[in-house]
Amino acid sequence: MKNSTDARASGPPVARRWVNFLLGGGVLASLASFLYPAFRYIIPPSVPESTSRSVVAAKVNELKRNSSKIFQFGSKPALLIRTANDEYKAISAVCTHLSCTVQYREDLHQVWCACHNGLYDAEGRNISGPPPRPLEVFDVHVQGEDIIAARKA
Amino acid sequence: MPGLLAGLTQWLDDRFGAAALQEFLRHKTIPLHRHTIWYYFGGMTLFLFVIQVLTGILLLLYYRPTPNDAFESVQYVMTQVRFGWLIRSVHSWSANLMIFTASVHMFSVYFLKAYRKPRELTWVTGMFLFFIVLGFGFTGYLLPWNTLAYFATKVGTQMGGSIPGVGKWLLMFLRGGDEVTGATLTRFFGFHVAVLPGLATIMLAAHLLLVQRLGMSVPPSIEARIAEGREKSTIMPFFPNFLLRDMIGWYAALGALGALAAIFPWELGTKADPFAPAPAGIRPEWYFLFMFQTLKLLPSKVLFLDGEFAGILGFSLAGMVWVAVPFIDRQVGFSRVTRIFTGLGVFALGYIVLMSALVFK
Amino acid sequence: MGRIKKVLGSSVVLFLALASPGWTETKDSCVSCHSTLDGALGRPAKDFGSDVHHQAGLICSDCHGGNPEDDSMDAMSPAKGFRGAPAKAKVPEFCGKCHSDGSYMRRYNPKLRTDQLSQYATSVHGQRLKKGDTKVAACVDCHGVHNILAVSDSRAPVYPTNVADTCARCHSDSHSMAEYKIPTDQAAHYQKSVHATILTDGDTSAPTCTTCHGNHGATPPGLTSVANVCGTCHVFFAQLFQKSPHGAAFEEMGLPGCVQCHSNHEILKPSDEWVGVGSKSVCITCHVEGDAGYAAAQKISEDLAKLNQSQQQAENILATAERTGMEVSSARLELSQSNEAIVKARVAVHTLDPAEVGKLTDPGLKSSAKAYEAGTAALHESNLRRKGLGLSLIFIVMAIAGLALKIREMESKPRP
Repeated sequence: MKNSTDARASGPPVARRWVNFLLGGGVLASLASFLYPAFRYIIPPSVPESTSRSVVAAKVNELKRNSSKIFQFGSKPALLIRTANDEYKAISAVCTHLSCTVQYREDLHQVWCACHNGLYDAEGRNISGPPPRPLEVFDVHVQGEDIIAARKA
Repeated sequence: MPGLLAGLTQWLDDRFGAAALQEFLRHKTIPLHRHTIWYYFGGMTLFLFVIQVLTGILLLLYYRPTPNDAFESVQYVMTQVRFGWLIRSVHSWSANLMIFTASVHMFSVYFLKAYRKPRELTWVTGMFLFFIVLGFGFTGYLLPWNTLAYFATKVGTQMGGSIPGVGKWLLMFLRGGDEVTGATLTRFFGFHVAVLPGLATIMLAAHLLLVQRLGMSVPPSIEARIAEGREKSTIMPFFPNFLLRDMIGWYAALGALGALAAIFPWELGTKADPFAPAPAGIRPEWYFLFMFQTLKLLPSKVLFLDGEFAGILGFSLAGMVWVAVPFIDRQVGFSRVTRIFTGLGVFALGYIVLMSALVFK
Repeated sequence: MGRIKKVLGSSVVLFLALASPGWTETKDSCVSCHSTLDGALGRPAKDFGSDVHHQAGLICSDCHGGNPEDDSMDAMSPAKGFRGAPAKAKVPEFCGKCHSDGSYMRRYNPKLRTDQLSQYATSVHGQRLKKGDTKVAACVDCHGVHNILAVSDSRAPVYPTNVADTCARCHSDSHSMAEYKIPTDQAAHYQKSVHATILTDGDTSAPTCTTCHGNHGATPPGLTSVANVCGTCHVFFAQLFQKSPHGAAFEEMGLPGCVQCHSNHEILKPSDEWVGVGSKSVCITCHVEGDAGYAAAQKISEDLAKLNQSQQQAENILATAERTGMEVSSARLELSQSNEAIVKARVAVHTLDPAEVGKLTDPGLKSSAKAYEAGTAALHESNLRRKGLGLSLIFIVMAIAGLALKIREMESKPRP
């Protein structure tokens, strides 16, 4: 029974070894270069969810009462307010007038836009000045140590 | 190492009777002649299909099939998941490459008359596979839920609706409703990852079984030359000679896919907005362009038929004739009639290429 | 028999009472007579059904006097208290009899103001009417006579979106305005303004004629008060303007503040090209090359243009990166700061101080530059990928070469 990979091969044994090395090495190396990305792919990234739907806004006890924090929600700024009544409110910080970033005024207990003096309440409702529409309101959940802001369904 | 391999083979043989299969494969041969190169394309298509399944399974780990999340999940894969850009771009490019190689395979089989007796069913199962592959392309295209995909699906399913009688039902079945909505996405996802893979597996099993049973066909022109003694009948063992050559092709395809993914990554586009007007210049993917252009050129009424319906009817009839070719071209050997069928094939190919090119005019 | 007659009789009376015309349950001879008349005499009876006074329960005699229970012409006897239709010059007092009486109005609508009559007296209309000009507007000209609707009713002539048309009825009529020698193009100009657009788009707080001119005390604001009027909404602009060199200078020169650059009625959406020394600039109306104002205008417009350009470049590169699927949300956040800087800079333009504008455009430029950098970095990431690709291609070529050589080696020996 003659086998094609018989010892009676043509060419010096050295050349045969090189060919085997090239073939084996090439195949193994290329396989590694395919499997490596696949293995890294199946491990979930550190941010398990797309940040355009929900995001961790702050840690519990990070904010004092009647204070606020700007956090990133997707590609836009958002505002987390801890009111004087110890409630958390999360609203978009993009002013509905000309998209400036609004801020929480601790003296007024209201949300103020420095560009044209627009005013909103802590629920995002536009109260005075140029803003034509209220600010988008997000749902707030406390999960362990995290305060999570999520887009309303 | 060889001892280990032999031991494993023996172990499998004791349980599966694998030795008989091994013997069979060892005897599989490939005819060598000037058209041998076309024999590679079937295996190439199968290889790319395997790539699709593997990358598709990986994408399934992160994809979400709802309008709220689909686009974002693809964006997530592209930007946050390590090598997600690679997997996704390979999947999209390989899909196109596969449809291309499947088309080459189909036309080469046609022109080399490999569909003749006893290979009629191989042709038929192959054609079903081709339609399944086009179905994969159509359903998969919607899944990223971007503007292009949304409107291409709208137009594509609209064409189904113009068929009188079943049209309305077909439209509702495809869209999961009157319009293209989240219901359509869910449905297309189900088709793409469950229904079509199931059908493809069955068809593929039948197709491959037939190929192995019946061996590789030799084109009638070559057979004639051999009969006349102008050429010698030479063969090459499949294993390992042809397989090694196959592997060169597959490696080259892998290299091409990697290069395409890195240099021409598949675009994300913009998220679909059903209430926005369709952007100018909307058109389907390249493999549907010839149908798209034909329907554009048809007048609103052909004889007593609605123009769009006439076009679809025309393509359906042509498709049916194409599938039935082995039962129409039943002669043995090479003759003038063979040339007529070759001519028809050239016309079909030319029509497809011309119509596709005209879209860009 | 007697009982049946009684029942029949009272049902007839009941029927007659109920069958009395339309909207009154008690006997009202004014309506029952006037509703049968044609033209001007009959219209009040027909209109009054929709009137807000009718809804409040008032009837003809509450304003006009007379006796609604008297079917004869005696109902309109002046001796018996009939006041009739007042002359034009007396209309304000006629309406004011109730509408200036706080304790009376409180019974119907405590929120309604009662200073309309005293306001009207201060208005141009009121003063001319006192001097005998009956062509000017009085209460009924704007509010209607017998079909008066509440101000909050969108069909009312004094509803915010209808005010300009109501004023234009006289003020755009060149024939009737001829003797006063005042222009009649204000309404036409206003309709082209950004205020009119906002109003028709549904924001009823947008300014219309009465917002700046007053309604009952309608008078054009004096030159020195224009900035105050505009400043009630455009707070920052007015404040900065007053403190700027133009504030005092305009007053000195008798120029009408904001109106000088922004116009009074045809107030258009301003563009950055209004600042500077270009063809669309308002600065060069007064300033010429060489003076301090010209130089300031030039510097301000240059800073604005630079920031706009930088913003646009960053925006373009981020859009490209996003389309190809790169992650640039932090860069977008950075760019929004640059956008904010542009908005604030456009306010600061009214200080006319390049230094003030520069205080805003400089950090804006830094933000847009950072965003641009992030965009380029995102696109550069693809270079890294090409390096990885190159490596795997080397392995692939190795494997292909190995395969090819193996084939050659296998097939170069004699076939069995």
